[in-house]
Parts: sequence; structure tokens; C-alpha cells
Amino acid sequence: MSEGRGGGGVSEGRGGGGVSDGPRNGRLLDVEHLKLFFPIKEGILLDREVARVHAVNDVTFSLDEGETLGLVGESGCGKTTLSRALMRLIDATDGAIRFRDDDITRASRKQLEPLRRQMQMVFQDPFASLNPRKRVVQIIGSPLRLHGTPRGEVEPKVRELLKRVGLAPEHVNRFPHEFSGGQRQRIGVARALALEPRLIVLDEPVSALDVSVQAQIINLLDDLQQEFGLTYMFVAHDLSVVRHVSDRIAVMYLGKLMEISPAEELYTKPIHPYTAALLGAVPIPDPRENRARERLVVSGEPPNPIDPPSGCVFHPRCPRSTEICKRVEPPLTRYPNGHLAACHHPLNVTQDELRAAERSDQSPLSAGDELPEAA
Amino acid sequence: MSERLLEVRDLKVSFATEEGVVQAVDGVSFELEAGEVLAVVGESGSGKSVTAMTLMGLTRGPNARFEGTARYKGTELVAASDEELQRVRGAEIAMIFQDPMTSLNPVHRIGDQIIEQIQAHEEISDSAARERTVELLDRVGIPRARERVDNYPFEFSGGMRQRVMIALALSCDPAVLIADEPTTALDVTIQAQILQRMRNLRDETGAAVILVTHDLGVVADIADRIAVMYAGRIVEQGKLDEIFYDPQHPYTWGLLGSIARVDRPRPARLPTIAGMPPSLAHRPEGCHFRPRCPHEFAECVKTPPLESRVPASPGHKDRCWLSVEDKRGEREIVPGEIGLEDKKGVGAAV
Repeated sequence: MSEGRGGGGVSEGRGGGGVSDGPRNGRLLDVEHLKLFFPIKEGILLDREVARVHAVNDVTFSLDEGETLGLVGESGCGKTTLSRALMRLIDATDGAIRFRDDDITRASRKQLEPLRRQMQMVFQDPFASLNPRKRVVQIIGSPLRLHGTPRGEVEPKVRELLKRVGLAPEHVNRFPHEFSGGQRQRIGVARALALEPRLIVLDEPVSALDVSVQAQIINLLDDLQQEFGLTYMFVAHDLSVVRHVSDRIAVMYLGKLMEISPAEELYTKPIHPYTAALLGAVPIPDPRENRARERLVVSGEPPNPIDPPSGCVFHPRCPRSTEICKRVEPPLTRYPNGHLAACHHPLNVTQDELRAAERSDQSPLSAGDELPEAA
Repeated sequence: MSERLLEVRDLKVSFATEEGVVQAVDGVSFELEAGEVLAVVGESGSGKSVTAMTLMGLTRGPNARFEGTARYKGTELVAASDEELQRVRGAEIAMIFQDPMTSLNPVHRIGDQIIEQIQAHEEISDSAARERTVELLDRVGIPRARERVDNYPFEFSGGMRQRVMIALALSCDPAVLIADEPTTALDVTIQAQILQRMRNLRDETGAAVILVTHDLGVVADIADRIAVMYAGRIVEQGKLDEIFYDPQHPYTWGLLGSIARVDRPRPARLPTIAGMPPSLAHRPEGCHFRPRCPHEFAECVKTPPLESRVPASPGHKDRCWLSVEDKRGEREIVPGEIGLEDKKGVGAAV
């Protein structure tokens, strides 16, 4: 989903021109300084808040029409919480979410209803996300009925959707247990497609599937995006799968954005040490190269999000960390090609790039002003 | 030559179910030598876990039928009595399970769970067993082992629990370690730590490892030999490099071709294997991969034997009727590279 695509079927004219980093369509989603904390309460009569889980801690990014943003991070980094917040399945603690130009952060259920057509979600577990007692026609048809499709038109529409996702239309009356994992995930995709949304949030859509089936689903998602000009946010726990679908990739750690990069560049030129560690940790399915390669194995485990470390949240595990990392939260710094990274000791950047680097306005409000220094 | 620890011959496991007889394992044979890592690779339903669990006697039940033999240093495991098996299990052959969240008992301290296993196999005082447990926890990389030995499983993270599982499996110095997807439930940075730890332990203790996994990256990282399973049978086996750089079975080509790699430019389309694995209750006759295979021809309705077909490497065996020359003609091999282009479609962009 590289350059030159995504444009298909999407209305031109908005925003497009003048942005330096590649062809861009209109803005679909803006997330500004989003915070999502879960309170930990104690007490019997009076609920006293004793601590907070900092699940998403001041995250700013945007999504353009027709693009795919990969969101990567390990368990507990806040990626799922963030994607649920975008769908308004949980309420943000602070910050703003704008869909097209509407601020939906505090929109009521009623105000959200027309928007729900435009934002859909595909879930990780194809076994848990389909109601086992409903037939396929009811599962895929329910969003259609809820949004006012006349009774008689539901089933033909469902058949058409089944065909589109590579299932047999005559299976409309089957139950989920009659399908394999990959087929169920296709049903999940068909349900998300039913209302012709603009944005689909895919929460680890292939993690539960076998390798050969993963590739089938990824290719299907790719086709659908081209055909309908969809915008995807693709959430994943490692860097191998997202690469094939993403235009840009955002890496999260402990509720913060560590790096946002054009997809290919992230693999050849990771700037944040955490991204490099994530890349190094993926074993390469090629014995000779695997033996030859030097790997950065980070020690330790992600700290507790109730009490995140001071300064850069990655500093306790980071091989490059110094004094400043403990004290000052690094701002998201802008490098060429729209590549952003929050690190005091960046990798893979030239002296010229360091001198030209700027503080991005996507930086968390609590971040310092110190940019990484050129030698 | 190292000592041969385990010899599995023509192992068959079937289960009677409402949908008919499910032939989960159908004539699997392999050997395991001291100090080596054998990876058993396959997709869900290929029979890889059932094979591993049968060696431990964990698939026994009123609806299960077994044929064939599995000899561990002269002890027959498949037909062994529960008492005989009890002596081997844990002490000689130990298992690490996939899910560290559910395979420890949540109501017992982790130390007590390990001590229990040690004392089940050895006459040893409480304090000596406890001392050994602390050592084990320390060896698998649990910080402050002496304090943490009295913690409950919920007080550990997933990665730490998997380390406890490994310590538990190693507690009686087993000669064979069976690891069923030991890192699948873990994050990649933690997975890298655990794999490194397993490699070190193999080098230190000389234990042989059977690694059951679907992740070819993990295999490339740690295995010495590979057995590829499909629908209950081994369809190809050989040394690590033989399988990765000269795979003989079209299913292996597809498997190698459909993996996403972080170290290569991305292809426009991810290669896939068309279709899906057959139901184990109704497997196609002859070669089970036949319906998904673009190279199918008349011969394929007969079951191909698992035999050596590459003259230069006698240990490399496969189950495919195509001749070696035909196969080399059907796929494109760039010397020293994997990620095959199959001219007819397996592993090719669809």
C-alpha cells in the first residue's frame, strides 16, 4: 500500500497539495494529546482513587484518507486501549479525537450514531468475536438492520459481502462453528465492511491464525482497501506483519509514542533504540543470516504502567540511556521524510539530519525542549 | 556420534469422536540424539502437539487408540503402564507447555511446585530441594530468586512464568525436553530472552530438545533438525539448512514462501498457500496435500513414502512423488536464499 494508491476512489481536493511528505489525501482522523488513565480504587463505601494505570499517556497522531497506519507495541503498551478509544468504546481521560472535522471526544451516543457507520472494527480473536448462536446472515446483517436497511435487502447484501471476502454466498445460514479460523476472520471483515465505512480499526486481525492463512487475510485486506478506498489502523504486537499493510508505522511503549515512520524506512533505518530492539528480537527465518546477524537483546521487562519511569519511559531497559534520559522526557523530534522519534540518543541519523531536526508539535506536553545534539 | 535417546517408530494416534475417527497422528517416525534440537513444524491440526503429548502419555483416554512404538533408552513409552511412565515423566523427559498463564497451579507458591516435582523423583530433604529450586530459578534468569521462590504465579509476568515453567521442567535434569510452542504467548523481546536462555541450557546440560512450533523464525534460530508435519504425517525432514535452502515438499515451499520477513524489501503481495488444511476425520486419499498442490499429477492418489530422494543428503527425506529434477524445475532457487518462487503457484503471489 505504497505510494500512488489509496488515492483510488477517494475524493480529491481536501488538504492534498502542499504537504511535503508524499501524496496525501484529506485528513480523516486527528488525535491530539490523548490520555487514557484507568483509576485503581480502594475502600468499601467511598471509592478512593489510589493510583492510575497510565494506559495511553499523551499521544498525538493523524490518519489521512486511504492510508494505513500500523500501530505496534508489546502487550501492555496501550495499543488496544488507544484503538478502543478511537472507536469511542472507552472514554478518553483527556485530549481530543476529531473525525473529519467533528470533535467526537465527548459526543453523545446519539451524536455518534451516524459516525458509527463510518468507523468499524475487526477484532483479534475470530472465535470470541462472533456470536456462536447466530447465523452468518444475522451476524453480518445486524449492522445493516440497525442502520435501517429494509428487511428484504439484508440477505442479498450479506450474500454479496460474503462473496466479496472470499466465502461462498450459500453459506449465509451457517453458524460460526462451521467455519475455520481464517474463514471466521473473513466473516468479521465482512461485518466491518457492511456499512461501507471510511475507517476500519484492525486489532491484531491475523495474530490468531496460521501463517499460510495470515497471508490470505492480509492480501484480502489489501484488495478491499484498494477497491473501497478504506483507511486502516492496523494494530499488531510485532513488526513482521504490519509491514505488508502499512504506509506509516507508529511504535508505542508504555503508553507513549516512541517513533512514527514511513513503513519501509522503519525497517532499514530505525531511529529509536526500542524500535531497533523490536526489530532485532524478531528471529529471521533464514538460518545463515540468523547466525550472521548481531542482535540487540534488551534485558528486563516493561515497567509497571501505574508508576512509569521518569524521563524517557524506555530508559531502564535502554542500552544507550544516559543521565538526561532519566531526567527529561524526550520530545518527538522531526527528521526527514516525516520520520519522528522520541529519543535523546537517536540511531541511524546523520549529523546534518541532527542539525536540521525540529521539535514536533506532536510531542507530549510533558516533554522537554532538548533536542538530540549533533556532535 | 552422540547417544540416541529417543526412537519413535510408526506412531499412530487416533481419537473416536462424534464426527468419526480422527487420525491425528498417522505413522510418524523420528529419532532424537543427545544435545540436539529437533523442531516439529506445522499448522494447527497437523498433529505436532499430539505427537509430543503422546510421548508424555498425555493423550491417553477412553477414546484414544495408539499404534507403533516410542523407545526412550529401551523403555517403551506408548504401551508403558502409568507407573512406568511416572518414573520417566518429569525425571527423564520433561515438558514445557505453551501457555505460561494456565500451566502453573495458581494456588501454590512456585517454589513448592518445583520442590514437589523434585521430591516425587528423588529422596531429598526439604531444605536441599529448596536450595536446588533457588538455584534453578536463578539459572533461568529470575532476579532475586531467593525472595521470589515463595511467590505465587500471579505475582509473575508472562515471561517470568515461562521461566518458572522452564525451571520446573529442568528440575530433575531431564535428558529430553519437549517444548510445545514455548514462546508463542510471549512478546518478541521476551521471546528473544527465553530462546537465548534455552540455547544456553542446552549447551550446559546437553539435554535434547523437541521444539513444537509454527514459527519458522524461532526454528531458524535454535533448531538442528526439522520435521515438517501436515495432516498427521511428517512430509519432510532433514537438517536445518537442508530444509531451508533445498526444501523438497511443495508444502514446505509454501510454508517458507508465506512468511513475512523484516529483513527484506516487502513483496507487493504476500505469497499464500491456497485453500486450507483438510479435516483430520476426512483426509484426502494418497498425498494429503494434493488438493492444495499445483503440481498434482496421476501418481498423487497413492501415498508417497517418506524416503530420501536427494542423493547427496541421505538424512533428508520427503513425501512427494515428484522427482528431484522436476522439483528443481518447478521452483526457482537463488543460491543462498530462501523465499521461493514456485512457478505454478504454491508460495507464489496469488
